[in-house]
Amino acid sequence: MAKARKIPEIAKKASSFCPGCGHGIAIRLITECLEELGQDTNVMFGIGVGCSSLLGGVLETDRLHCLHGRAGAVCTGMKRVSPDQMVVSYQGDGDAYSIGIGETTSAAYRNENISVFVINNTNYGMTGGQMSNTTLPGQKTTTTVHGRDCSVTGSPIRFPELVANQFNVAYAARGAVTTPAEINKTKKYIKEALTAQMNKEGYSVVEIMSACPTNWGMTPLQAVDHIHNTVLDHFPLGEYKTREAK
Amino acid sequence: MGEMIKGNHAIAEAAVRFGARLYAGYPITPSTEIMEYISWRMPEVGGAFVQAESEIAGINMVIGGAACGVRSFTASSGPGISLKQEGITQLYDEELAAVIINVVRYGNGIGTLYSAQCDYLRETRGGGNGDYRPIVLCPSSIQEAVDLLGVAFDLSEKYRTVAVLMTEGALGQMMEPCDLPDFIEPKRYPWGFDGKYSYKKVGIFDRDSMKEAVAMNEKNAAIKENEQRWSDSDVEDADYVFVSFGLPGRSTEGAVEELRKAGHKVGVIRPITAWPFPEKAFEKVNPDVKGFITVEANATGQMVEDVALTVKRKFSDNKPVYSLPYVFGIPEMEKIQNDYKKIADGEIKEAF
Repeated sequence: MAKARKIPEIAKKASSFCPGCGHGIAIRLITECLEELGQDTNVMFGIGVGCSSLLGGVLETDRLHCLHGRAGAVCTGMKRVSPDQMVVSYQGDGDAYSIGIGETTSAAYRNENISVFVINNTNYGMTGGQMSNTTLPGQKTTTTVHGRDCSVTGSPIRFPELVANQFNVAYAARGAVTTPAEINKTKKYIKEALTAQMNKEGYSVVEIMSACPTNWGMTPLQAVDHIHNTVLDHFPLGEYKTREAK
Repeated sequence: MGEMIKGNHAIAEAAVRFGARLYAGYPITPSTEIMEYISWRMPEVGGAFVQAESEIAGINMVIGGAACGVRSFTASSGPGISLKQEGITQLYDEELAAVIINVVRYGNGIGTLYSAQCDYLRETRGGGNGDYRPIVLCPSSIQEAVDLLGVAFDLSEKYRTVAVLMTEGALGQMMEPCDLPDFIEPKRYPWGFDGKYSYKKVGIFDRDSMKEAVAMNEKNAAIKENEQRWSDSDVEDADYVFVSFGLPGRSTEGAVEELRKAGHKVGVIRPITAWPFPEKAFEKVNPDVKGFITVEANATGQMVEDVALTVKRKFSDNKPVYSLPYVFGIPEMEKIQNDYKKIADGEIKEAF
């Protein structure tokens, strides 16, 4: 008989994400890591606007629902006055990379000692599937009905690569919550990010590729296949900045 | 009497002494010296200073500090405060205590660098989305600015609301003798985050907006009842009562003194809280007063609306309310006296 894995104490409440959405797995991984690191009762979350808003009803931790895009700044304020508590931002790609690109990059630029988890599903999920800064070339959304034309809308932004290449951050990676193997790798990245913060090494970010079957117009299984067949061509998985051996 | 000190520096030093331990902001004339001073002073006392990448980030960092129950504040002016509005309404909504200092400068849009009072309606009505009122305190001297900053922190925490110290460009830039407060021990409020989830929160989709509206109205009513502040003189027998706040209020007090010496029966109310507006100040005004005269440093007359509403409530005989909006700067006492005579002679008509 398979042994049930223990649900983290701080994430026992049911969530209301769509079937096939990756948010639930991401939250599970983050809270498991916090518990395993002994930090689940020493943490405060800055929660983004969008589908990540739904996390507010799930977590039993200190948490602030931040204004749209501002979690990077709110978490900066929290961390500056609470250097010994874990400060985690949980945002979507629209929140972190579109409306909040200033706050997100500036927190990374300052190398704030916080951990940032960005759920990237290549569109604005909560508002019904509009184009995001991570929408793929040619991808149809409700604001790119003929497919995204990158010549007038820009090309998908790759944030972990950006901060790994340009800024002095502690840790940057991209994982996916699509298959057991990728989920396990993503959990390792999340734990590295949180450990970097615990050791006061600086800014850590893990982007988590997640399916959005509802807005992609696919079944959950089709959406997972789509990530592996297409999305990951634009968003390669892996660690972009590893922690420096201390 | 204390040492001579610049207004913005006095405010910054006083904030540290009042136990503020987080400042985040963006420089803008004429408020910048507050931030410059804090940038070296805050680390000396183990506090946090962040030069934010924008006004919006600055106010959101203040939200983060306030969420942890730490005295947190920021300062800006005109267009900078416009950018901060989303954060100010958010602070109010989360019932977080914080102090915002607006060193007011004149103009719409980018505006100018003149000292002014053109943000009265924005500050007193709550300039962001929704249905909230910050407490607004408006000093007329550097000493009063320092004293009211302490009041602002205390009231923001007592009522779990935003308090605005609304100063003026000239007050930030000028120097006066000032006694600075004693140091108080900074504390973390129990409603702040400690990482242990000691202070429980309702899930964001479980809020009851009807209940919250009742609680908000009760809070506002308590603030209105308990926290009206003003100074007045010579109102009991006055034919005309001036109403003016901040530096123009100080000039008006001087003008009233001169007019009294010359035999004119005039008085003055100087609101110290702009919200709650000091309606109680009008209760001891001569019931046969001929009219009220507002003196403001803005173009259209803003506080005059609050005066008119208050006069309607406190007097039954439709007393005239005159508006003297001097646009920007600090009106000279002589100018106020001359315009008073025009009002008394019927040359300037009432606004309400």
